[in-house]
Amino acid sequence: MYSKKVMEHFTNPRNVGEIPDADGIGTEGNPVCGDVMKVYIKVKDNKIVDAKFQTFGCGAAIAVSSMVTEMAKGKTLDEALKITRESIADALDGLPPQKMHCSNLGAEALHKAIEDYKKKHGK
Amino acid sequence: MKTVYLDHVATNPIHPEVLEEMLPYFKEHFGNPLSIYEPGLKAREAIEKAREQTASLINAKPKEIIFTSSGAEANNFAIRGIAYAMQNKGKHIIISKIEHHSVLNSARFLEKQGFVVTYLPVDKYGFIDPEALKKAITDQTVLISIIHASPEIGTIQNIEALARVAKERGIIFHTDAVASAGNIPIDVQKMNIDLLSMAAHQFYGPKGAAALYIREGTRIVPLIYGGIQEGGRRAGTENVPAIVGMGKAAELAKRDMQKRIDHIKPLRDKLIENTLKIENVILTGHPEQRLPGHASFVVEYVEGEAMLLMLAAKGIYAASGSACSSKALKASPVLTSIGIPAHLAQGSVVFTLGEGTTAEDIDYFNETFPQIVSRLREISPYQKGWEGMEDASCTAKK
Repeated sequence: MYSKKVMEHFTNPRNVGEIPDADGIGTEGNPVCGDVMKVYIKVKDNKIVDAKFQTFGCGAAIAVSSMVTEMAKGKTLDEALKITRESIADALDGLPPQKMHCSNLGAEALHKAIEDYKKKHGK
Repeated sequence: MKTVYLDHVATNPIHPEVLEEMLPYFKEHFGNPLSIYEPGLKAREAIEKAREQTASLINAKPKEIIFTSSGAEANNFAIRGIAYAMQNKGKHIIISKIEHHSVLNSARFLEKQGFVVTYLPVDKYGFIDPEALKKAITDQTVLISIIHASPEIGTIQNIEALARVAKERGIIFHTDAVASAGNIPIDVQKMNIDLLSMAAHQFYGPKGAAALYIREGTRIVPLIYGGIQEGGRRAGTENVPAIVGMGKAAELAKRDMQKRIDHIKPLRDKLIENTLKIENVILTGHPEQRLPGHASFVVEYVEGEAMLLMLAAKGIYAASGSACSSKALKASPVLTSIGIPAHLAQGSVVFTLGEGTTAEDIDYFNETFPQIVSRLREISPYQKGWEGMEDASCTAKK
């Protein structure tokens, strides 16, 4: 059902946890209908220097969270805003069609974290 | 890697004695049971023996057993067959909110054909109140169908009390006993059941063999028209080896039922006791009046499919009623019906034990499962509680 890459990220998720002094936090989804992702970012000189996540959800949701935080790290905010559902799914060697929409909330959560940072820092 | 199969409600391995019994009917006794020469007669005799064995398991008469290909077919046959046979008398059917999809969707189909269906609610354990059933009956009611034991929450319905209500009003009563038949005692006479669905693979028989018990004298319209097989009620050349297997499995189930229950139940109780030691875990279904091998829970703050995948990575196979683990991405209506809120239903997990489950298997499970829950809770944003749930509504893009 899942690609090897999805299973690998699900079994050994990267960047799990909170960043207590995060510069931006973004939450997407809802446990009532499925998955919830909370993404924390640390920003320095317009670059994401650290990213962590907490996720309630299925295997795909956890793998997506792991992947999106990996992809975001080291990117400028503008570059990170270009990360999409599709680019995350591609990086995971694909997701089952029924998981493409409900569990692939990583890009939205990341973008919300960036917005949160911008709002807090008057940008 | 050690593997522990805890999904016996999904299906079971075939019993070796059952397989042994089936084998000659693939090749040696391959005849068509309708043929009048020796190989045909051999096959016919084998089917009739299986019919006796199957009938005996539920205290029915052999001629009251119609073999089908699956439990779902038996349920479709019962619901649609009785509805069509009785439609001149009335077009009202009563089922419960916790029926299997094969009953539920048959009823929904009939709604489109002009039938009226009442869906009876259940209490927090999954029980239907006989008084509520009494009140739901109208002069148009022609069929009541209530599931015997729920494969999702394990609760065994008080079928005798419900069937008594139907009998008092002269209404035909069907029960979907797919999860229970062969696993717990059933007596259709004592319980006043008019129709009952059962499937061989739920009691160590083969897949592809199932049966509908139809009380003698009950009119029913066939689902499958054709030849005179099964008394003209179910056409199609019989799946002889599978039917032979079902008969043998029924014989063994009757013989070994108490022994199996005595083996499975203490192991199941140990599993429940240990799992409930994990914080914020709730047992679903009734604590005592449940299938002997059945343990079902909701685990707060984590999601079912993630638990299943982590368990599978440790060689433990189980099931879940969470939205994410279903192909339809909808939480199980059974969990919703017993009052489990949607965010809790996401943490559904079901473990079902069988004849082959050992004490070592349960020890291994009891060691492994708490670790998996705590690992997933470490990842979860709700590890400290359901913060922010009060304004929860669906925002996920579908």
